[in-house]
Amino acid sequence: MAGEKKPGEKAPSEKKPGKKKTSEKKPAEQTPGQKEGGEKKKKIKKHHASRNPVLARGIGRYSRSAMYARKALYKRKYTAPETKIEKKKKEKPRATITKPVGGDKNGGSRVVKIRKMPRYYPTEDVPRKLLSHGKKPFCQHKRRLRASITPGTVLILLTGRHRGKRVIFLKQLDTGLLLVTGPLVINRVPLRRAHQKFVIATSTKLDISGVKIPKHLTDAYFKKKRLRKPKHQEGEIFDTEKEKYELTEQRKTDQKAVDSQILAQIKKVPQLRGYLRSTFSLSNGVYPHKLVF
Amino acid sequence: VFKRFVEIGRVAFISFGPHAGKLVAIVDVIDQNRALVDGPCSGVRRQAMPFKCMQLTDFVLKFPHSARQKCVRLAWEKENINEKWAATRWAKKIEAREKKAKMTDFDRYKVMKAKKMRNRIIKHEMKKLQKMASKKGKKPEKPEKSEKPEKPAKAQKSEKVQKAQKPQK
Repeated sequence: MAGEKKPGEKAPSEKKPGKKKTSEKKPAEQTPGQKEGGEKKKKIKKHHASRNPVLARGIGRYSRSAMYARKALYKRKYTAPETKIEKKKKEKPRATITKPVGGDKNGGSRVVKIRKMPRYYPTEDVPRKLLSHGKKPFCQHKRRLRASITPGTVLILLTGRHRGKRVIFLKQLDTGLLLVTGPLVINRVPLRRAHQKFVIATSTKLDISGVKIPKHLTDAYFKKKRLRKPKHQEGEIFDTEKEKYELTEQRKTDQKAVDSQILAQIKKVPQLRGYLRSTFSLSNGVYPHKLVF
Repeated sequence: VFKRFVEIGRVAFISFGPHAGKLVAIVDVIDQNRALVDGPCSGVRRQAMPFKCMQLTDFVLKFPHSARQKCVRLAWEKENINEKWAATRWAKKIEAREKKAKMTDFDRYKVMKAKKMRNRIIKHEMKKLQKMASKKGKKPEKPEKSEKPEKPAKAQKSEKVQKAQKPQK
């Protein structure tokens, strides 16, 4: 042991990069504290050379059992870290809960199961659904935008109550609809959503790079609100649903905030204001497939 | 009856085919239907071309038949055909047609506004003259007065229309 101390310490070249647990911990323990700390930090750097001399390639001098003894594996028994098992054992979800119960002479509380057994089993089991591939819900669909539509483009709305009106495109929302504004003072089109398919993109573009659109203008902001109170009798339901759209103050302020920035840009382009005020129409001899927009 | 003839040196405008819209000079006649044609200054290689796709222009160059391209080019540049062609009404009409086809929606709006204003001014002047004519019904009219206010108005409006067409691109 003593003789083996020194070669273990003094010959660091004996360390082998392989997973040979031939390191000797005894010399490390007996050396002074500084070296100990240094060696511990460097982990097990000094590996012992192979204790099984090679007779021929692939053939060692000692058998498995002899090697067991030579490597002193009887001393080195490691167990797997217990923490995971302990954790799993500890983390059982609560199965029951005690709830207070009212009434006289009732015992005050009951122990209630949190996850109860099903109260109904169908007579036929539901058949297993076949695997399907790539069927995503609407929220995960890929949104595309035509290359001709960029922020600041003048669009012509084709459907809806504002059909024929020329309008400025601001951005595409998460559902794929286009956020669009008149501006309101020019053609009475407020901040509104438009569908890409029902819009003609003209080649006239406005520089909107400096315009900041408030972040709270999302699809949820523009979505139509529906009241649902099924307590009413059936005859009354048709009246209580919101048919009329009501202007809110928030909409007005948002409109002003966006429009003021855009109007400044519109003023810079001559005749653009009048262009946005006008509506698009076809007449005799005008064919959309021949028009350049 | 006929004023433009197929002759050596006649400059022709190609109306259809791969070289549509270019000018060429007739170098030689091959047979009843085809001519040897060359357009050194308009990017048309020397080749045979059927008469049907050629439309004769007013310009004639002077070079002997089957002259080589260098001679044709010299004659072409001496006569300054490219500039003369651009100055003709024919070429201007073609250009106007192209510009009209390229008009964007915004341009169409601008043209509409310019036309409207122009017509209004013309109408205004007309009404003025008509009023004058009806008032001074017995006194003889001087035709000079009627022409002067119309001409400057027309000149202004035609400029505006051209300006509206030009700033497309």
